[in-house]
Amino acid sequence: MGGARTLFDKVWTDHVVVGETEDTPAVLYIDLHLIHEVTTPQAFTLLREQGIAVRRPDLTLATMDHSTPTSAVTSFRDLAVVVGESAARQVQKLQENCEAFGIELLGFDSDDRGIVHVIGPELGATQPGKTIVCGDSHTSTHGAFGALAFGIGTTEVGHVLATQCLLQRKPKTLALDVDGTLPRGVTAKDLILAIIGRIGIDGGTGHVIEYRGTAIAGLGMESRMTICNMSIEAGARAGMIAPDDTTFEYLEGRPRVPQGADWDRAVSRWRALASDDDAAFDRKVSLSAGELQPMVTFGTNPGMVVGINEPVPDGDGDGSFRKALDYMRVETGRPLAGTGVDVVFVGSCTNSRLSDLEQAADVMRGRKVADGVRMLVVPGSQRIKKAAEARGLDRVFIEAGAEWRESGCSMCIGMNGDTVGKGQLSVSTSNRNFEGRQGIGARTVLASPMTAAASAVTGTIADPRPFLRESAS
Amino acid sequence: MKPIRRIRARTTVLPTRDIDTDQIIPARFLTTTTREGLGDYLFHDLRFDGDGRPIPDFVLNRAESKGCEILVAGQNLGCGSSREHAPWALLDYGFRAVVSTEIADIFRNNALKNGLVPIVVDAGTHRHLLDNPGIELDIDVARSTVTLPDGQTASFPLDGFARHCLLEGIDQLGYLCQQLDAVRRFEDTRPWTP
Repeated sequence: MGGARTLFDKVWTDHVVVGETEDTPAVLYIDLHLIHEVTTPQAFTLLREQGIAVRRPDLTLATMDHSTPTSAVTSFRDLAVVVGESAARQVQKLQENCEAFGIELLGFDSDDRGIVHVIGPELGATQPGKTIVCGDSHTSTHGAFGALAFGIGTTEVGHVLATQCLLQRKPKTLALDVDGTLPRGVTAKDLILAIIGRIGIDGGTGHVIEYRGTAIAGLGMESRMTICNMSIEAGARAGMIAPDDTTFEYLEGRPRVPQGADWDRAVSRWRALASDDDAAFDRKVSLSAGELQPMVTFGTNPGMVVGINEPVPDGDGDGSFRKALDYMRVETGRPLAGTGVDVVFVGSCTNSRLSDLEQAADVMRGRKVADGVRMLVVPGSQRIKKAAEARGLDRVFIEAGAEWRESGCSMCIGMNGDTVGKGQLSVSTSNRNFEGRQGIGARTVLASPMTAAASAVTGTIADPRPFLRESAS
Repeated sequence: MKPIRRIRARTTVLPTRDIDTDQIIPARFLTTTTREGLGDYLFHDLRFDGDGRPIPDFVLNRAESKGCEILVAGQNLGCGSSREHAPWALLDYGFRAVVSTEIADIFRNNALKNGLVPIVVDAGTHRHLLDNPGIELDIDVARSTVTLPDGQTASFPLDGFARHCLLEGIDQLGYLCQQLDAVRRFEDTRPWTP
């Protein structure tokens, strides 16, 4: 090969066990396999049927997040009451499987439990240059560290458990350059929504996106995770950002990163991962951060998005577009700002980290959730919960009238007892506004934590910028 | 997996674009620990009303859809979540192939691993299929072609390895396990370890 290479090329090449040919895909080695209760039981059943062991339990890490409740539950009996028999059984099954196959489980009793895409980075298990997979499409989150991370199905979960490898065709690359600085009150969430609006929800299909440019370099790790998290909402299985000093500062001292001289060696290896200056990409798209405003979705996929003060477009008579607007009961030609809100959700693997909670709290401090609005704040992990409580953020939310919960996927996916009611409008910091995603007939508007908080306070979809205090950024 | 060489079946048409996997099977049905019986939940919230009664207008509930084994859908079928429950539900319901102008990456992968044939056709053929629900298609996996009743044939992309696995009913795990010597060599010689 030789020549200039992209970040993706470097990580890919570094993990090819057997190269691809016209007749066979590459055998790609996986450095970290994250597993959870929903997409693994059938894979473990297959291993049992075929008498296969988990090849590298030491590279496998389990937690429970999807069908777990966010109310405090200490026994499986309580669990069944909150989430239902079937979900409780699934959680129990994960526990049994992890015991039987020797896999570390960060379960109910663990202070390290949380949403799988929050705890990987938090514990330092997520590292630059690694290949990371999980039976969950938002595995793209970990690409924020310069890892190649993507979601897989349950059959592939079985493949990785059995062999620590996957059969893969090399995807194409898309360079997404964002220059400038995000204006005050405009966050990484607004940026990624704008990107999806620009390239479309299938714009990244078949590609790995590399986010680059001065705006991306200026973001902290939590913001970068928000960006990479939603790569899949643009159809890309993976999104990546070159590791830099911001990355290393975030990781240094975390429980699972290399220590001492090993750390120094790792950092010098990680520094070399960035795309070479003249590396070629299959496609390039560029965007300017300085012109962005807070973004909100108006339809039933994340690509149906507008600036909060911009009129909702009419879709030029497209049937699917019309159907989405009918479901959402949204009027065209008018901005969404001012629309009444029933539920506000701050949480999910997209926006449940400390900085997300701080941004929401900055808007909420000294204010109340509007009458008739239910607000749920769900930290991404038990560690984040503790850190937020140490800073008094829980008090801000509780005194405002919001519910402060245990960690988990919660209302993002509506399979754990936390749901939005039929026909209710929810402003949510999660990643999917699909029909029924948050509950049967639920209408979801995706937004940033600041926009969600401003909407909770006013009871209508609201621009957060008038609520920002001088110190807030 | 059973070998799949040829599918001759009628189509049912769901013309909506961007049908995500949450629509194919809503998340609340993912608490199962098996892969059987998911056909009951296929397109659940489009098929049934709040009281669990079939919605007569929904295409799968119409008499003419009975026995149709090929789903023709709008562009970007299967976007969203990685849940393999989506192809499991389609197969359990009785579908054997899905046709669109674009199929999302993870869904497509999952479909192939379970013998649900994902078929991407050109816009012209797609338009014809959308406009003529219920026609019989002849899908030839070996040649990667779809033939319409009027004899018109469209080819569809199918990776050589995926085709081989479909035709021979090969379980890809078996193939991967044959590579374990190479995997061990890789582990022993890589310059760093995770």
